[in-house]
Amino acid sequence: MSAPTAAPTAAPAALTLRNVTKKYGALVAVDDVSLEVAKGGRHALIGPNGAGKSTLFNLVAGGLPTTSGQILFAGDDVTKRSAAWRARRGLGKTFQHSSLFLSMNPLDNVALAAQRVAGKGMSWVTSSGRRNSEIDDLAEQCVADVGLTDRSHIMTGNLSHGERRQLEVAVALATRPKLLLLDEPAAGMSPAESQRFIELVRSLPSDLTVVIIEHDLELVFQLADRVSVLHLGGLIADGPADEVREDPAVQQAYLGEGSLEELFHETPVPPDLPVSTTSAAPTEEVAG
Amino acid sequence: MKPKLSSALAVLSVLLLVAVPLVFPADIANTLSRVLALALLAVSLDLLVGVSGMPSLGHAAPFGVGAYAAALVARDTTSFAPVPLLVAVVAGGLFALLTGVLMVRTKGTYFLMLTLAIAELAHVLAQRWEGLTGGTNGLYGIPSLTLAPGGEPVTLAGVRYWWILLIFLIGFAIVWWTSRSMLGRSLRGLRDNEERMASIGYSTFWLKLAVYGIAGGVAGAAGSLWVAQNRFVSPEDLAFEVSAMALLAVVVGGRGRLWGAVLGAALVTIVRDDIGASLGGRGPLLLGLVFIAAVYLLPHGFAGTNWRQLFTRRPQEDKA
Repeated sequence: MSAPTAAPTAAPAALTLRNVTKKYGALVAVDDVSLEVAKGGRHALIGPNGAGKSTLFNLVAGGLPTTSGQILFAGDDVTKRSAAWRARRGLGKTFQHSSLFLSMNPLDNVALAAQRVAGKGMSWVTSSGRRNSEIDDLAEQCVADVGLTDRSHIMTGNLSHGERRQLEVAVALATRPKLLLLDEPAAGMSPAESQRFIELVRSLPSDLTVVIIEHDLELVFQLADRVSVLHLGGLIADGPADEVREDPAVQQAYLGEGSLEELFHETPVPPDLPVSTTSAAPTEEVAG
Repeated sequence: MKPKLSSALAVLSVLLLVAVPLVFPADIANTLSRVLALALLAVSLDLLVGVSGMPSLGHAAPFGVGAYAAALVARDTTSFAPVPLLVAVVAGGLFALLTGVLMVRTKGTYFLMLTLAIAELAHVLAQRWEGLTGGTNGLYGIPSLTLAPGGEPVTLAGVRYWWILLIFLIGFAIVWWTSRSMLGRSLRGLRDNEERMASIGYSTFWLKLAVYGIAGGVAGAAGSLWVAQNRFVSPEDLAFEVSAMALLAVVVGGRGRLWGAVLGAALVTIVRDDIGASLGGRGPLLLGLVFIAAVYLLPHGFAGTNWRQLFTRRPQEDKA
């Protein structure tokens, strides 16, 4: 059994996975994963395509039941709890494909989360049109935090892809999470949008634990202090970002015969290698 | 539309509706009374379909339950108008809550089919339970409502119309306020993205059950108005045709716009009962044609159509 190797802390870890397994018939999507995410940490979960990252995300978020194993949230067992219950206990998340309320403006999107936190999600006596300082202040604050104040009255369906990703974070932040799960937040973002997103995650309060599931290694090593690597459903490395960088097993999983230099540093990647960073620009070669 | 203009229009429409019996003969007031009862049914259905994204093909069930409850109370206990009304609201609401516990766990087409199934069951029950409902003969001999306990029965069509109008306005206001409240914002969230609502911590079960109960209570009130006007209730009042007409009114009027549902109900009722009557029973055929025309010409319904844009765009298309 692979015991978690995280540094011992006085408080229980923000998130603990104990021997978490998910099987679809004979297929083992997540295989006996145990890990700890420290409170206030910036923890990345990486791995090649099909490694089981999104399945693991759904197990933690409550969208899928586990086959076996335990999921603990701040020391409490939440394995059997619904996604909504986990959200009420402070688990915020953003989806890989933006999941928003498209017929409303961004402010109403965020206010939906804020009014639930205020306990007024089913309130019949309170108007949603009249200003409610408890809810609207929080909503405006969250929209401002992600830099969408100027766009807050445009219909969400008309926002750009990058803006929707920002709004996803604002909605998640408005639930006042203790733990924020980000599923491939940079997927489909332009380099400029991606950079703005990194700034946004860096600006989050330091007592908020962030777990980021990501494909883009450049982004991961800019943000994360700890990295866990999944390969074929199993955990093959878990530790401080610098150590994981040097781990030969990780290199093997990602690159086969390639070298670490090509994986983690911004040296030009030969076109026949399967792994690419976001900076690939084939048109320049044609021009040269 | 500017808020001032729309509230001025609302006040004007209410004043016009109030003035109807003073200007027109009694049969107009009778027609409008039936229109208002079905309009309240359509408005309550719009709360489900348009606001919350829960399409129902069985909304005649709480309507019929309310109608039978009001009829029994008026016949056997008291015809003092508020009593059958409140009993109908409670009956419609309870019926919706009890059946809703099962139904709101499903969504989309499954929800639609379940609402249809429950309404058909209610229809069959109304036909067979002769001791309570009078079977296929229905309940008749229901006394005219009174406006004071033990007082004189109302005989003037205009006075009865005013009572129905008053309850319609209160019911409309309740539904309108529900869609404007924080609960209403949550319901629109449910319509847009149910999964996301759960992921930010909402119990979608309780949200859906709450709105299903409210819509059922208002539909029950509509049923009591229907009985107050017709003084007769039969299994046909909770048949599939009533559910379909209510849904048609919502679609023609424009989903999510409550006043659109009122216009839709007026159009549907008048086409079927009044214009249809002069076509020798071909009302349903005409209604079908109206529906096809509405879906093609106004896919967002009356209220959802941007009329100004519609009329300014036309000439440009002709030029091109």
